[in-house]
Amino acid sequence: MTDRVGEVVEASTTEFVAQCYELHQPPPFGSLVRTTDGEVDIYGVVSSAATTSIEPGRRPIARGSLEATEADVYRSSPQLAKLLRTDFTALVLGYRDNDAPRHCLPPRPARIHSFAFICDGEEVAQFTRSLDFLSILVDAPAPVGELVAATLRHAAAAHEDRRAFLVRAGKELATLLGAETQRLNALLRRLRA
Amino acid sequence: MMVENSQAPGERRLGVVVAGSLTKGVEARLDSDVSVEDMAVGRYVTIEGEKRRFFGMVTDVALDAADPRLMANPPDLSDPFMVEVLSGTSTFGRLHVLPVLTIGGDASSLLEGPQPVKTVPAHFSVVREAGEPDVERVFGQVDEKQFYIGTPLDMETRVRLSPAELAARSSGVFGKSGTGKTFLARLLLIGIIQENAAVNLVFDMHNEYGWKGTSEAGIEVKALKQLFPSKVAVFTLDEENARKRGVSTDFVVEIGYDEVEPEDVAMLRETMGLTDAAVQATYRLARRFGERRWLESFLAVEGREELSELAQGLGEHEATLAALRRRLEMLRRLRFLVPHARENALQRVLEHLDRGVSVVLEFGRYGDAVAAYILVSNLLTRRIHERYRERVESAVGGEGAKPEPLVITIEEAHKFLSPDISGQTIFGTIAREMRKYRVTLMVIDQRPSGIDDEVMSQLGTKITCLLDDERDIESVLTGVSGKSELRSVLARLDSKQQALIFGHAVPMPVVVRTREYGSRESYREFGFREALERKKTGEVEADLWE
Repeated sequence: MTDRVGEVVEASTTEFVAQCYELHQPPPFGSLVRTTDGEVDIYGVVSSAATTSIEPGRRPIARGSLEATEADVYRSSPQLAKLLRTDFTALVLGYRDNDAPRHCLPPRPARIHSFAFICDGEEVAQFTRSLDFLSILVDAPAPVGELVAATLRHAAAAHEDRRAFLVRAGKELATLLGAETQRLNALLRRLRA
Repeated sequence: MMVENSQAPGERRLGVVVAGSLTKGVEARLDSDVSVEDMAVGRYVTIEGEKRRFFGMVTDVALDAADPRLMANPPDLSDPFMVEVLSGTSTFGRLHVLPVLTIGGDASSLLEGPQPVKTVPAHFSVVREAGEPDVERVFGQVDEKQFYIGTPLDMETRVRLSPAELAARSSGVFGKSGTGKTFLARLLLIGIIQENAAVNLVFDMHNEYGWKGTSEAGIEVKALKQLFPSKVAVFTLDEENARKRGVSTDFVVEIGYDEVEPEDVAMLRETMGLTDAAVQATYRLARRFGERRWLESFLAVEGREELSELAQGLGEHEATLAALRRRLEMLRRLRFLVPHARENALQRVLEHLDRGVSVVLEFGRYGDAVAAYILVSNLLTRRIHERYRERVESAVGGEGAKPEPLVITIEEAHKFLSPDISGQTIFGTIAREMRKYRVTLMVIDQRPSGIDDEVMSQLGTKITCLLDDERDIESVLTGVSGKSELRSVLARLDSKQQALIFGHAVPMPVVVRTREYGSRESYREFGFREALERKKTGEVEADLWE
């Protein structure tokens, strides 16, 4: 399956970390991904991604001084792809119970080695039809503004009327952030961009 | 929420209740898709409580913001996206609603119809525009033959105003000049006659109620006699004027000097500028010459010597008598005042009233002479009331039937009912004793603040057009619950064709656009048919044999 992007390597109730199958190919920041705890599908939004050495103590060293292009670096040292890994972290937004999306934390965290999928447009549209997930999102650790904006921009692309969706989401945010005018204004400006 | 799908068209959801109290009314936050500019004070809403449905009136509209800082630093409003998102969320409209009645919901209101509110709807109850069925439930359905006063703002439902309830207690029609008081009063009289709720005696100052009147635009409209030829008689004090206007009158009223009693002159104290001493002198004169001859005899006194002789005989100052004489001289200019009337006008009025025929007394040119108006209306009313009183009392004692309920209409009421004299005039008495003797008042006035508070509080139904003087508004709303809310409604009425009605004859305060009057269709609604039509149906012939 082409939408399978990786495998869960670390999981808690509120987020999970998945290692990507392809180096340097994490799902985009703010996109919706899905994994499972064995019974229910768990949905999360990509809140960060990082490419590191597979051994925490060993940092990669620069190898390209004699190579003509960046691609040549990997060609000359094919083992590199195996010594590096790309992980992404997804903030859990909800799960699917009997086909109905639920915007609350799942009963159990994802299982290690569960596959992580990137959701297609239809699935995104279904999950974001209700905007209740925003209340979890706005309480996320920093940089929450960027995350909210990216998530909504991705979700908007899956909806037929992009602008109407954004206005609806904006209104929901205005309600959630009622007293935090400055934060709200900053967020709305990002949404518009 | 559960009624989301059952909403009829016109019952648009407006918002939810967020605060309030029974005494001050409830606050509702408008939904984000509802524009404050679509709201209007005086409009009806329903509130879907947990156990009951509330029916209320919008009394204020306000703007609000979730965060006061937003108002200090408005966001970038050049961007339509920002405007769209923030309007209705961070910034929103508020409605102030005065719940008045509960409809449906509990058993008693299903059985007995709308009930006065005794509580407020719960938090977040949904507020909707009232639909036509709701308005009908509150004001009652109007049958083809029943009288209605108009329609609520922006609605087509007819608002029933029960003429029987209206006539059962005294009522008042108020409004600045030019706001349609006469028009409204004429409609109300038509209603009373149409449903035979009472007989009327109208003291028609400016000849607007009898045969024809003129609208503000100067167009002639039919008045009572034309609509109900067999139920209305037009009396006049000024035959010449009536003839000039082409009005055929049923009776020309003359009043004899012998009918004027000292009490009648006492009523003229203010208008004629009489002193207390002068008023007292009239009573002495009456003792001296007799109740029936005092005025004639006094007016016959000529020359200083005769006057000073009379003054000595009565123990009065000569100056007092001279002043009184000068003032009363004015009465000679009123042509309808004659030494001896050919026919007893009072008797004729009573005969008509007894037959269920309403009487409109046109003042002709004398309408502008306030003294004439006060004199005649007081004089007739006092005696009519006396007769009614006697008859009601003997009916209670088992003799004879009670007389028809009577509504007496007076204009410029503050001249009769001002705090100084309302205790003495017959009109003050009628207003206070209410319907005990089956006589009630309809007062028409533009300065309600000039009317005694006690009388104002006794008026069962008040119908008021636009008023903008604070004291007038205050006085009209004396003793009404939700006063401060109604005040804002009252001060914002249109200056034409709109009126606020509250009191006995309507279940709750209502702002109406008064029904159209003056077109052929409007006359037909009252059962009027042109002669041609009547001929077609053969009714003219039938009438002849009646």
